[in-house]
Amino acid sequence: MLGPTIALLVGFFVVPIGVAAYESLFSWDLLTPPRYVGGANYAALAAHGQLLNIALRTLGYSVLVVAGTMTLGLALALLLDRPGRLYAFVRACVFSAYVVSWVAVALLWMWLLDGNGGIVGRLLHVLGAPPIAILGDPRWALPALAVVGVWKLTGYAMIIFLAGLQAVPRSLLEAAALDGAGAWNRFRHVTMPLLAPTAAFVATTSLVTSFQAFDVVRIMTQGGPARSTELFVYAIYEQIFLDLSVGRASALTVVFFVMLLAVAGLQLRAWRLRGQP
Amino acid sequence: MALAGAAVKEGRGRTALVLALACLAAAAWLVPYAWMVLTSFKTLPEIVADPTAPLPKHFDTGAYHEVFATIPVGRYMAVTTVMAVAIAAAQILLALPAGYALAKLRFVGHRFAFGIVVACLLVPAQATFVPVFLFFAHVRLVDTMTALVLPFAASALGTFLVRQALLGVPDEIIEAARMDGASEWTIVYRVLAPLLKPTLVSLFLVSFVFHYNDYFWPLVMTTGDSVRTLPLGVALLREQGTGVRWHIVMAGNVVLSLPVLALFAVAQQHLVRAVRARS
Repeated sequence: MLGPTIALLVGFFVVPIGVAAYESLFSWDLLTPPRYVGGANYAALAAHGQLLNIALRTLGYSVLVVAGTMTLGLALALLLDRPGRLYAFVRACVFSAYVVSWVAVALLWMWLLDGNGGIVGRLLHVLGAPPIAILGDPRWALPALAVVGVWKLTGYAMIIFLAGLQAVPRSLLEAAALDGAGAWNRFRHVTMPLLAPTAAFVATTSLVTSFQAFDVVRIMTQGGPARSTELFVYAIYEQIFLDLSVGRASALTVVFFVMLLAVAGLQLRAWRLRGQP
Repeated sequence: MALAGAAVKEGRGRTALVLALACLAAAAWLVPYAWMVLTSFKTLPEIVADPTAPLPKHFDTGAYHEVFATIPVGRYMAVTTVMAVAIAAAQILLALPAGYALAKLRFVGHRFAFGIVVACLLVPAQATFVPVFLFFAHVRLVDTMTALVLPFAASALGTFLVRQALLGVPDEIIEAARMDGASEWTIVYRVLAPLLKPTLVSLFLVSFVFHYNDYFWPLVMTTGDSVRTLPLGVALLREQGTGVRWHIVMAGNVVLSLPVLALFAVAQQHLVRAVRARS
């Protein structure tokens, strides 16, 4: 009964990692026969700091997205954890972005951030900022992608935090209020400690999600300008489909997988914290 | 939803502040959607003349005609739906017996099999696509429905969630069915599946929405038009032609998002439950 599932999972998820590790030792352009090169692919990627830059960029993007979604998600959960249709409607609005395709979100934000007609640029201009093409500026492109990521994923963080808030007993909050604790103190000393495992869970799942970011890069910037938005998965995609370099794409895949394992280690710890396997 | 935040009575000033912030939050998500819809009803000269005019002069559906003329929307939508339904259905059909074996049967290699499922929870398709693409290229299956569906036919997450749900089902039900002479397959699909209906519905919906929306896998597994999916087609609206015609791109966006948002409006509870179930 397990057969088909295990066969498919092993065939499409376990074996490919091994194959990638093997292919990473060859130089292969899909046209001429593969040639064994040992660790040369890794060395070439590490040279000029390219690999390090990709890793740091991916990490930077992920940290921005995680910090943004956690802060906004928690704030919105606290704000919208109220009865009534209005609050239910606002919750649905925020969460809807999580359900819509990344393609639609990325295209929509390209238009909002457009250098010529984008309303975000106009808005910033009214507020006194100089007119810039946000996605065309190497300093601002990556933070802009992170903003898009936050807009898309905040609803997810909010839903999980709302579930976490249900586990905070009302009686505890009422007792604290009777003891004269103000709203901030109730949050700081009652709600926050009880939400810690939820927060750890949201942080690690969002981190894994943003590590895999690809759609926003492919659609909004193609890694540019000046490689400022070249994140891990996009770099792998470029190596195999644009540079036809299977060896380097595989080497990048292996490094990406190792980084994911590190994040997954954190995730497992967070799951244990919540008392699940 | 719980009312923990409002457990303690609030003053009138605070209520007003909360209300204002809630409206601000709604605007942060609704204004971009509204802008997408409004832009889609504008004409190119209008956008060029005044890109930030809030309302179109009159609601022009030219952009939508253009979308349907540029890409075969119906065919792309059909391909996308068939793919997403096939994946979601296969995941449930396979997850049921697999989850059952992991939750209720004792056999050699049980821990090892469970380990594989949990390990695969952590491996995204983004980490496997290079070898999988090369494999499909080797067996000449690039640009086929097989390449889009088969890698996702088994779901580690689905198997895991079915196992978790079955742990809560008493063994007596299974024993009783065995006494009645039911085969293991009957037990799985006829006796246990109805009990797990909420889990399975959530699983189906989440899987459907994810794969309907998916851009990455169809992008790397297709080179031509034969099994192109709608997200790819809509993304192409921006890439082709001279200059970006945002009213057309936004019209494509509306066509792409509307089915999912409609599904969300109808089945919000299921989707929310499914997202929570993973946590």
